[in-house]
Amino acid sequence: MASPSAELAALINAVETADSKAGIVQAVWALAAANDPRAIPTLIEVLGYNNPGAAVAATEGLVSLGEVAVPALLEQLDGHNYGARAWAIRALALIQDPRALNVLVETARGDFALSVRRAAAKGLGTLNWSKLPEAAVESAQTEALTTLIEAVADPEWVVRYAAVVGLAALAAALPPGGNADQIRPALETVVKHDSVPAVQARAQMALDSFAQK
Amino acid sequence: MVLESQQLVNAQGEALTVDQAISNLRQTADPSLRYYAAWWLGRFRVRDGAAIAALVEALKDETDRAPDGGYPLRRNAARALGKLGDRTVVPALMGCLSCPDYYVREAAIQALEMLGDDVCVPALRAMLAGGIEAATQVEGKPHLVQPYNAILEALGSLGARAAVEEVAPFLDHPVPQVQNAAARAMYQLTGDAAYCNRLVQVLQGPNLQLRRSAMMDLGAVGYLPAAGAIAATLAENSLKLIALQGVLEHHLQATDFPESSLSSEARQVMALMDDLL
Repeated sequence: MASPSAELAALINAVETADSKAGIVQAVWALAAANDPRAIPTLIEVLGYNNPGAAVAATEGLVSLGEVAVPALLEQLDGHNYGARAWAIRALALIQDPRALNVLVETARGDFALSVRRAAAKGLGTLNWSKLPEAAVESAQTEALTTLIEAVADPEWVVRYAAVVGLAALAAALPPGGNADQIRPALETVVKHDSVPAVQARAQMALDSFAQK
Repeated sequence: MVLESQQLVNAQGEALTVDQAISNLRQTADPSLRYYAAWWLGRFRVRDGAAIAALVEALKDETDRAPDGGYPLRRNAARALGKLGDRTVVPALMGCLSCPDYYVREAAIQALEMLGDDVCVPALRAMLAGGIEAATQVEGKPHLVQPYNAILEALGSLGARAAVEEVAPFLDHPVPQVQNAAARAMYQLTGDAAYCNRLVQVLQGPNLQLRRSAMMDLGAVGYLPAAGAIAATLAENSLKLIALQGVLEHHLQATDFPESSLSSEARQVMALMDDLL
């Protein structure tokens, strides 16, 4: 009977030695399913393989591991190729750990790939604020809010759509009054003036959900 | 939008003005400047009379030739004219339908589809002459004798109901992409959901290229019942979002949004989109 760590070593070895794209994908799903923090370095490595199927599996694995994967993801962000960075940011957005705030802000503001700005914008709205020290919450939320209000003017419709989704989620997390009061007018502007009906409709859906409260 | 002025900067960070672009297009010394100017005028929707005249002129260009004998500038000029929304160029684009360059014909058909003037329908139907027996591969080229996908899609978008009998046989063309294009057109021409359900079947198939093309077809015709299948198919989220945007916006238009409130179907499509961001 193999010990737990020998089993994990075999799963990691299978990822490293797979000899086809499909073989890698399968091995990564198996490694992700082990849900073992010791798999994190390998899963992050896979994000840079230029194999979208494998990256989806590795991202899923990292997201289900959750906050334990955050330090390694943040640490390795810059050491990787562009594709890997994009996947890592997606993972960070999905894990919802507020330690990723600065990275998400920077990405939503300035990344050249719209799919990454899109993921960051949605992620900014859904950070788990309760993980921050109470004294830090308000300024962090203000930064997320300011960034999202800028992102509803992004040139790409899908980033604006994601920013609306982020704002809607943030509105639900913020205490009434104060900052939260900026969200409704921002969404109303989108409904009135955005050139893309899908974005207008998403903003309307967010406003409708406020009305029901 | 506020960002309009930033978008006028090209990928290399160089700004062109409308006048520069038009004069770049008119000169003949540097073909790459002309090619880029034609794209730029379309990209930034320059609906200026002089720009349109220069693009129409470029449809007859003889100087910019590809190694295979093609006409790269003509292709770009046709694509740009499709984006400018000026129907006075329709006769000039129809003149391109007999160009020896397959890609010029394809670009012209797509431009005619975008301009939405059904005066080109008889000419497009004529390009289907001979049916699927005539629709064979050109030897040594990666394409069929005509750009059938573009022809079928244009006939569908233009609502050319008279063409149903010529379009239907292409459902059985040996090239799956052509079958997809025919199914999409048949749905637009007849409203029969069975044709879209063929495309939904493709979404469960093993071929990524075909899944992508079926998804974009379903988005383009706005087939609402396919929304769940689009969200679930194995393909890139970016493309799924574009296809679902098509489905959503088609439905929004049909339900008179924003004058009327959002339907529960619209909310469901947006919930699917939210999960793909």
